[in-house]
Amino acid sequence: MIVNREQPAGEPRSMNSYLSPLVREIKPSGIRKFFDLVSASKDIITLGVGEPDFTTPWHVREACVYSLERGYTRYTSNAGMPELREAIAGYLENEFKTSYDPQDEILVTVGGSEAIDLALRALIAPGDEILIPEPCYISYSPITAIGGGVPVGIETFASDNFKLTAEALEKSITPRSKILILCYPSNPTGAIMTYEDWLPIAKVVEKHDLIVISDEIYAELTYGTKHVSFASIPGMKDRTILVSGFSKAFAMTGWRMGYACGHPDLISAMLKIHQYTVMCAPVMGQVAALEALTNGLGEKDKMVESYNRRRRLIVEGFRQIGLECHEPQGAFYAFPSIQSTGLTSEEFAQQLLLEGRVAAVPGTVFGLGGEGFIRCSYATSVAQLSEALERIGSFVAKIK
Amino acid sequence: MKELSELKLQVLDLLKEDARRTPQLISTLLGVEEAEIKQAIQELEDDHVIVKYATVVNWSKVDEETVTALIEVQITPERGRGFEGIAERIYLYPQVKSVYLMSGAYDLLVEVEGQNLKEVASFVSERLSPIESVLSTKTHFILKKYKQDGIIFEENEDDQRLIISP
Repeated sequence: MIVNREQPAGEPRSMNSYLSPLVREIKPSGIRKFFDLVSASKDIITLGVGEPDFTTPWHVREACVYSLERGYTRYTSNAGMPELREAIAGYLENEFKTSYDPQDEILVTVGGSEAIDLALRALIAPGDEILIPEPCYISYSPITAIGGGVPVGIETFASDNFKLTAEALEKSITPRSKILILCYPSNPTGAIMTYEDWLPIAKVVEKHDLIVISDEIYAELTYGTKHVSFASIPGMKDRTILVSGFSKAFAMTGWRMGYACGHPDLISAMLKIHQYTVMCAPVMGQVAALEALTNGLGEKDKMVESYNRRRRLIVEGFRQIGLECHEPQGAFYAFPSIQSTGLTSEEFAQQLLLEGRVAAVPGTVFGLGGEGFIRCSYATSVAQLSEALERIGSFVAKIK
Repeated sequence: MKELSELKLQVLDLLKEDARRTPQLISTLLGVEEAEIKQAIQELEDDHVIVKYATVVNWSKVDEETVTALIEVQITPERGRGFEGIAERIYLYPQVKSVYLMSGAYDLLVEVEGQNLKEVASFVSERLSPIESVLSTKTHFILKKYKQDGIIFEENEDDQRLIISP
């Protein structure tokens, strides 16, 4: 019998009171609330989807089917199938000029998300400050908090195309700063960082002896300029954990296939947690991922071209409507400003949903700097995008 | 034969997906001036690279009964003209939808469309077979079309994605 001393005798104890305070204090995600609202609406076009509209290419799905027929149903090596790790190493070397030893510098994970979780858990000591440029993907802060770290947001601005600047980074650093999380190309802003953009950041990282977790899940989706991995910047490889995966570039979100690359000491620490928690990534997904890397690069390029066309359509569309929109150079999101309407992000998104029948995600969901913006995914058909832009146009004309 | 420019290839790619796309939309999608797109399309039409803007119809969705057969035809080529003359004699029939010269066990593959089985059969026996240089025919009726010109007819088009995701 557990006795709760905070409550009067006889009153049943709330189940919530059993929870770890770290978990209890995590605020429910703003995206969840909006999801419920959208789910209840009918006849809407959604620009709220954070995943490709392509189904995984057939040859990849078929490779998985064949592997099941042949009985590939067992655990793999903890770090992932050696063939897959070798393929990842070759791929990263060819595409992004980052070289990792498949023996001890690459770990195959359950989605990029697991890799981020492992990296943070392996690195955080209670009270460490984790620097997170925002607006950004919604998981970094909560995972940091669960790990006992202190998330420290760094606001980025449309006037800088939402790039991280060395000045802003420098200003946020304290003696407790330990990790910098980077996510470029960025969800939700579509911002990218070039080699020249990275150099001053690398200097600050070096000066303050930071460790970097670089979430490069959208690396393949850049337009007009090739992605530059932070790990490829001179001197940064050893202090960077590169996180990526197959979800976005190869249209494999539901497979949950990701990986982390880095210094053997860091990877082996992450492997320790990985083997005790998930043992290994699912073998079916690993077989499919190997097929994607071996025979899927052509198809990947076609998908990138297709996103690029739709990117031009949506950016041009917002500008015609009169909503300022910086040019997103990566991922598949546009992040237009709705400040000229006088509404907050949340008001705009709600009214657009109810009156304009279009779902987009309020920028505030993504942290600092998100107010005044909405995230619109253009991973949807040209016909749907055109219709959505028309609806947004009439909605904006009505409220302005 | 001319090599197509990258722009023209991209324009063709977009028009093959949907022939109703306007030069204005294509211009936005490719980030190229509309005038340039119009000129590219004009040239593609003039050079007969773009032959026609047609509609892909799934006739099985309606009551309109049509029967399609693929016919393997073996022929004796004519001196001096090879297969050309005989192919022309066959493709000029309006009920013939396509004619291909093939490598392998037969020479021409002829696609014939008719109102019903009898109509196609009588085309074969009364028009095709009697042609002097036709040695033999093998008629295969199409029972169901799953995919045509890269388009899957009964694809599940429901978007299975969550309507909002991070």
